[in-house]
Amino acid sequence: MSGLIADGIGLTLGATRVLDAVSHAFRRGRVTVLLGANGAGKSSLLACLAALRVPDQGAARLDGVAVQALDRRVRARAIGLLPQAADVHWDIDVETLVGLGRLPHRGRWGETEADRAAVARALAATDMTGFARRGVERLSGGERGRALLARVLAGEPDWLLADEPLASLDPAHQLDVLARLRSVADAGSGVILVLHDLHLAARIADDAVLLRHGRVVAAGAAEAVLTAPLLEQAFGVAVEIGITPAGQRFILPIAR
Amino acid sequence: MTRLNIGLIVALLCVAALSVAAGKVWVPWDAWTAADPRSIIIVQLRLPRTVLALLVGAALGLAGAVMQGYLRNPLADPGLFGVSTGAAFGAVLALFFGYAAQLWLLPGFALIGAGLTMALLAVIAGRSGSLILFTLAGMILTSIFGSLTSLAISLAPTPFVSSQIVTWLLGALTDRSWDDVRIAAPLIALGAGLLFTTGRALDALTLGEQAARSMGVDPVRLQRVVIAGVALTVGASVAAAGQIGFVGLIVPHMVRPFAGHRPSATLLPAALGGALLLTLADALVRILPTVSELRLGIAMSMLGGPFFLYLLIGMRRRLA
Repeated sequence: MSGLIADGIGLTLGATRVLDAVSHAFRRGRVTVLLGANGAGKSSLLACLAALRVPDQGAARLDGVAVQALDRRVRARAIGLLPQAADVHWDIDVETLVGLGRLPHRGRWGETEADRAAVARALAATDMTGFARRGVERLSGGERGRALLARVLAGEPDWLLADEPLASLDPAHQLDVLARLRSVADAGSGVILVLHDLHLAARIADDAVLLRHGRVVAAGAAEAVLTAPLLEQAFGVAVEIGITPAGQRFILPIAR
Repeated sequence: MTRLNIGLIVALLCVAALSVAAGKVWVPWDAWTAADPRSIIIVQLRLPRTVLALLVGAALGLAGAVMQGYLRNPLADPGLFGVSTGAAFGAVLALFFGYAAQLWLLPGFALIGAGLTMALLAVIAGRSGSLILFTLAGMILTSIFGSLTSLAISLAPTPFVSSQIVTWLLGALTDRSWDDVRIAAPLIALGAGLLFTTGRALDALTLGEQAARSMGVDPVRLQRVVIAGVALTVGASVAAAGQIGFVGLIVPHMVRPFAGHRPSATLLPAALGGALLLTLADALVRILPTVSELRLGIAMSMLGGPFFLYLLIGMRRRLA
């Protein structure tokens, strides 16, 4: 079994069953969006896929091996995670920050030419080349978000996992980041996103996994999952689904 | 080797030379040969004292830089884990029971105190790798060992013993010999070796615990290395010199902007800077025309306190 697979994942935190028998085979070259109301288990599923949490049932498997059983560096090279918290604890410059994404690749003797090239590519891909020497404390929220995305891109992972990568970005930068994530998927990596915003989800998703109370309501191609009845079931709101004159699908929550 | 480190090494050599020459008796350079009777001052008193100041300063500076990087808190200090209070309590017990006359017993007790604190920390923190649990445990141990030390002072069999304890707690490098160097050097070297391996993980922690784990950092392993490294360096430092505050707090701050704020790039400059600061301070307490020599621990705190205030005033803008 190749690829990244959630195989009957069950997870209990405290007394709460956060995930229950969640299964899905994620696909490379596609953007998969995890959707659901608050507390549906989206972030927990992402944490299991990134081996930050170990499920008490089932497993997240990468090419057939449970992710927590993989060598840490091998896993870090294969699976890149952009956590929701945008912490940068020291005032390092953007280039150093992005270079951190190369840590899992770095040998004993420090940076190689390949590392520097990957950092340059990541900076260019996020439009941050001009900020390379700037300290992170002098960046705006959007610039910082792009720098953190560049950090994950610099690792050039086969699987890019991101928890709410669009939060705190203005519409222009949201579209920018969506375009970067799209090009990562087009280049052959698997992109897995937790998103709150139905509209943005509809814009980028190739596939979607809809969760409710830790269970999968529906999973598969986005057009089949992001339908009015299923979204109503998962979120408890009525939605209007339409198509803009330019052919762009949109989803609008209208009533509880 | 960055310019920063080269500059620090050059300054360190100058200060070490000053430290060898300075004191109640100024010993000029040409007295270095065995034929001159003053050479015994250099070889048996000044040299071991200077070497010990370099070692202890480097240990405290490095441990401080690692602690700040590990806890991602610029106010962390090597004393925070309770290792230094634990070591001090061990030494106080040796004084209390009058064992201090034997050369190896006081440092030995101090190291047992540091090791015991380390073991307690490791047991309490367990396999969780959690920062908050770990820091709280360290603070509680600090306060327990602190109160036990006070108890020892109040129960001291004679006023002489209690004043001996108080004086020792103030920290100093007075009357140290090569034997003290022989005890401290290997332990500090081993601990420093461990601490220098944490650089990469500390860099990753800049992005928070989750990101660091996703980049391959093993939080449990890192915690063990940090505990062992801090216990060895700080424990050996306290055994050799008593409690000397502020070096571990101030030095990482001073070098951080010059190292680009990157935790791993801060480690070596913090060690060199700590050695520089402590050796300079120890030379100054010998030069100052006080009746009895000013205790090094007091001198450091008098230097450190105002600096900390200055730091706080600088941070006020950001905190407000």
